[in-house]
Amino acid sequence: MLERLYHMLVKEFIQVLRNPRMRAVLFVMPVAQIIIIGYAVNTDVRHVPMAVYDLDRTPATRDLIARFEGSGCFDVVRRITSEPEIQKVLDSGEAKAVLRLNRGFAEALSGGGSAQAQFLLDGSDSNTASVALTYASRISADFNRSLLEQRFARSAGVRLDAEPVTLATRAWFNANLDSRNYFVPGVLAMLVAVLSIILSSMSIVREREVGTMEQIMVTPIGRLEFILGKTIPFAVIGFADVALIALITVFWFRVPMLGFPPILFLGTGLYLLSTLGVGLFISTVSSTQQQAMMTAFFFMLPAFMLSGFVYPIANMPRVVQLLTYLNPLRYYLVIIRGVFLKGLGLEVLWPQMLALTALGTIMLLLAAGRFRKTMG
Amino acid sequence: MSAAPGTFAVTLRDLERRFGDFVAVNRVSLDVRQGEIFGFLGPNGAGKSTTIRMLCGLLEPSGGQGTVAGLDIRTQREEIKRSIGYMSQKFSLYDDLTVEENIDFFSGIYRVSREKKTERKAWVLDMAHLQEHRRTRTGLLPGGWKQRLSLGCALLHEPRVLFLDEPTSGVDPLSRRSFWDLIYQMASEGVTVFVTTHYMEEAEYCDRLGLIYRGELVALGTPGEMKGGLMADQVLRVSCGRSHEALGVAAAVAGVRDAALFGRDIHLMTEDAEALAPRLRRTLEEGGFQVGAVERITPSLEDVFVSLIEARDRADGAQKEFKA
Repeated sequence: MLERLYHMLVKEFIQVLRNPRMRAVLFVMPVAQIIIIGYAVNTDVRHVPMAVYDLDRTPATRDLIARFEGSGCFDVVRRITSEPEIQKVLDSGEAKAVLRLNRGFAEALSGGGSAQAQFLLDGSDSNTASVALTYASRISADFNRSLLEQRFARSAGVRLDAEPVTLATRAWFNANLDSRNYFVPGVLAMLVAVLSIILSSMSIVREREVGTMEQIMVTPIGRLEFILGKTIPFAVIGFADVALIALITVFWFRVPMLGFPPILFLGTGLYLLSTLGVGLFISTVSSTQQQAMMTAFFFMLPAFMLSGFVYPIANMPRVVQLLTYLNPLRYYLVIIRGVFLKGLGLEVLWPQMLALTALGTIMLLLAAGRFRKTMG
Repeated sequence: MSAAPGTFAVTLRDLERRFGDFVAVNRVSLDVRQGEIFGFLGPNGAGKSTTIRMLCGLLEPSGGQGTVAGLDIRTQREEIKRSIGYMSQKFSLYDDLTVEENIDFFSGIYRVSREKKTERKAWVLDMAHLQEHRRTRTGLLPGGWKQRLSLGCALLHEPRVLFLDEPTSGVDPLSRRSFWDLIYQMASEGVTVFVTTHYMEEAEYCDRLGLIYRGELVALGTPGEMKGGLMADQVLRVSCGRSHEALGVAAAVAGVRDAALFGRDIHLMTEDAEALAPRLRRTLEEGGFQVGAVERITPSLEDVFVSLIEARDRADGAQKEFKA
């Protein structure tokens, strides 16, 4: 058993690592991708382009506009001078929001009354729009408060000091609510999934296509020896990639690594077990490499969508949520984010570890069961 | 695993393989003696590869029995794999490994003992004349060299029975000749060789031949027996001028079953060559052809096979009409 396995491993490693193109795919591509994608995955809303239609042109309106500009959330990209322009800037996407201040704004305020300001939003990107709306309300609330303070000071002769209730907020695990910290570990999980599933799904079917499979099948090699010989090299390479990407995540993107790295590696091992199981299963049911590739993509797209990588699983309909229990990515994301950002250990993550072990074992056994040493 | 001389390396009884409705191998029975070179012939798609794959444990038979090296092809497939060598028409070593790495891989998979490994590797490199190319990527070797290496890898574990499925297809004649020298060498060392081919000159090299056509074994015997007794038809060779035009005329003469060009000569199949010869000469001369020698010849294997296959087609055709 061990002797044959050893020779399978030697052969697989030579085949994978000898090819320069393969080496690039395995070690250069993931590094390049984590760096590029790491900058791109960011749902923070900052610098929303905004246009201003100021009909009043008074110190009060200028103060309000300055508060928008000073918040860092909005950039005033254009001053509008006519009504139809509002439509135009929103249509063209030049601005995502328009602040319109009517004539008489300052007058209404100085009279102690209430003035109207209109805030128009491009709602097609609902996420950005709702975040921008929150910022806008906060800015106008701040504006109101300082206005009230001024009025109070003027009429009562004393400064209004504290607010009746102050909400002291603090975000645990990600103090600056930096979305990159949340997403970069997720990118790691995706990259590893793509590599391990694609490589393993091609591996057996390639031998079948080239014709070497027939020669292997007439040898006394055991099914398990063959399947393990196909799994272990990709698992080792997967580990190397995770280590490489994790280093970039921590030292380049400064994502905090609060947990104990071996926990991450244990989780990675179990995760690779299941992704390689899926890949090898695809490889045993495909008859050409092209077919295997198509099937792998067919699996990966829903696996990414239904993993909680971007869209929270808690928001999905119940039926879809049940489906996500079959998705190895789902468990690994909890593990990897937990270890990176929360410093979680096995005492919390054991259900995810267990689920990955079960999924991986089942998939590998299915693949081994599908693999026959006979043809036709 | 050495069986006593005279025993059989391969025995088949009513071996059958169906793919859905299609019968690829139809009740084939034959025996191959220990140390024999057995040639398995037939046109493409006749069932040669299917049979060989059943013998190697790559395909399960749908019916019938068989043994290879004394082991049952239905129940002892993995044991069979330990005692046979197999080489297929498609080169099937790893192109991206070097010559040496391929040898090491297969001797590891066959679990050649540590002491023997070096010796067997040297033997293969020597046999395949690849001593100087041991570190060359296998994919870069010319076709004939690859085939020799492939044969060497199939022999690393010193199998008693060697299966070769069209081993020389796509190999140049010189390499083919030297490949057969290796096969002879194997056979002289007591290895049974079961080889499929559709090269007629290769068939002549075999000790015994089986002809398979549409899944059925239509003839079995030594090349000599085949040429001597198996053919119902006799062959008449006619040398004459403008043989292209003469062919049509000759084919129309009564008693001629089939006519074909062989170089500048015409070969005619007939039941009675003696009776046909004068009639044929007369007809051709009346048609204005210059007729040289008209003589009965010993048929070549190709003649025999063409005639056997046509006889089978005629019989099948008659049967179909009868059924209808």
